[in-house]
Amino acid sequence: MITVEHLSKRFDKIEALRAVDFFAADGRITGLLGPNGAGKSTTLRLIATLLRADAGDVIIDGISVRKDPVGARRRLGVLSHSSGLYPQLTARENIAYFAELHGMQRDDIIRRSDELSRLLDMGDFMDRRAKGFSQGQKLKTALARAMVHSPRNLILDEPTNGLDVMAVRNLRTLLGRLRDEGHCVLFSSHVMQEVGLLCDDIVVIAQGRVTAAGSIDSLRTQARESNLEDAFVKLIGSAEGLN
Amino acid sequence: MRTILTVFRKEFFENLRDRRVLMSALLFGPLLGPVMLLFILQVVMQRGEAVTDKSVTVAVVGASEAPGLMKHLESQNIALEKVSLSEAQIRSAIQERKFEVVLRIPADFAQLWSRSAPAAVEMFADSSDQFGGQATGERVARVIDVYGRQIAQSRLLVRGVDPTVSLPIVVQDIDVSTPTSRAAFLLGILSYLVIFAMFFGGLYLAIDSTAGERERGSLESLLATPAHRPFIIYGKIIATLAYMTISLILTISGCAATLQFAQLEEFGMTVSLDLLTCLKIIAVSMPLAVLGAGMLTIVASFTKSFREAQSYLSIAISVPTLPLAFVGVLRIEPSATFMATPSLGQHLLITQIVRGETPTIGNILLSASVSVTLGLILCWIAGRLYQREAILG
Repeated sequence: MITVEHLSKRFDKIEALRAVDFFAADGRITGLLGPNGAGKSTTLRLIATLLRADAGDVIIDGISVRKDPVGARRRLGVLSHSSGLYPQLTARENIAYFAELHGMQRDDIIRRSDELSRLLDMGDFMDRRAKGFSQGQKLKTALARAMVHSPRNLILDEPTNGLDVMAVRNLRTLLGRLRDEGHCVLFSSHVMQEVGLLCDDIVVIAQGRVTAAGSIDSLRTQARESNLEDAFVKLIGSAEGLN
Repeated sequence: MRTILTVFRKEFFENLRDRRVLMSALLFGPLLGPVMLLFILQVVMQRGEAVTDKSVTVAVVGASEAPGLMKHLESQNIALEKVSLSEAQIRSAIQERKFEVVLRIPADFAQLWSRSAPAAVEMFADSSDQFGGQATGERVARVIDVYGRQIAQSRLLVRGVDPTVSLPIVVQDIDVSTPTSRAAFLLGILSYLVIFAMFFGGLYLAIDSTAGERERGSLESLLATPAHRPFIIYGKIIATLAYMTISLILTISGCAATLQFAQLEEFGMTVSLDLLTCLKIIAVSMPLAVLGAGMLTIVASFTKSFREAQSYLSIAISVPTLPLAFVGVLRIEPSATFMATPSLGQHLLITQIVRGETPTIGNILLSASVSVTLGLILCWIAGRLYQREAILG
């Protein structure tokens, strides 16, 4: 469970976030939707403790990111916007490296890697070097790496960028499975259709502010538009940056 | 602590699989050193033997006037080519490099000679042609001078005077250089090669583990793990240090093998890079590697891409190494200030070791402690750098 409270962040003269509040529940997929430059990545980076907030806090399973960033990181799986694998390492080694950085023991690492390999259907490329991986294989490896320490919460920054249709479908199935296991999944996107298909809850963010939040139906009602696309455009203020 | 080991192991073995890194760290540096050493030795030796032993040809105008002198020149391995040219023709012949040196015996030479009066010989040579006209001209003049003195002594003898009266003072050359010290100036270049190869060995790993990590997009995921960030960068620095060490060891081994092969003894020089000497060189160079690894990592951390890092680091590497290529000429004595200067201190120590001298313990400690201290400060700065938000770029 991730609770974002009055989060503000400023880079020099640019106010990236202005008192952002929202909530991502366990057992649900929450989509952070907004045009490019709205503050989605900044929000996720603040949650992942990669950046420090100027004001406000993030509470992950009851742990304050401000007071105990390391404790928060343990409960968090982070998939950054580029998969960022080490090309000379095999998928298994990529996963094991992060497991070791999480302080896991050898036996646990072996057991967990096999478990993830089954879950993500990675058997045929688990022991190949990441150099020549397809987008889908890269995503699976990066996802396995992010989840190696069995975090309850998973945040993904624009995970569908650059993926083909099949890979997006796979990701959808996978995130659905994680949700059903009770995980809290939070991901960002500027692709409206994707968010509409995938998410239980949506947080609409524009110019560093949350402009609407809730289930798809409640958003339609809020915007008084029956068409989802029209509802988004209305909530964001303009169609710029959406596709 | 486990984080440091984990990161070190990963960087070390991952880069071992990267052909680009392998080529630069473990092949290019260690090969470049010995090859350059061989090349330089070759050039220096050729130049050394060139002027004294080579047979040279000198053109002579009016050779029939001075048969005795001609005979003497030929006996000193100077071939003569009898020509008949005017002064203008002589000048243009030299400018066209037809001859290096032209001797002109004036028509009154034989007459003056027979009267025991000073007889002139004109020597034309281009003194701006350092290895041609100047060197050959000096040699010809020396040979004529010796011949002149012999003649002077026999003339005195004929007149009943002891010829030694014409030698009031004689300089005796006593060369105290040892075969090892004679070679040392040559080996000034060795320290440069060794230190350069050492830095070069760590170059790609330093780039890959910082700028490369950011360019691939793996830095964000890495920093989102609970691992203590300074430990992550310490692991990377130690991996860079390890590659620098391997490159250092390989380069010195390569140089030792080259010198074995070059057989310097024939040229009156002995340079032996035996195992003990090699180990001493490695030992005095290692502290600089600590500083180097920290420096490379920090510089690479500020760059945004692999390419950018590459160009900055090439400059960064030349700062401690390039001056070494020239200090050999400057005859810098091992004073405390120079010893405390990183890179220069190591250069002086390596040079001393290669000359067969034993550096003082004080100098070794001074050089090592300054380099290691600065290196540790840089590591600490790198650790701080990775705790900043801006590192994400």
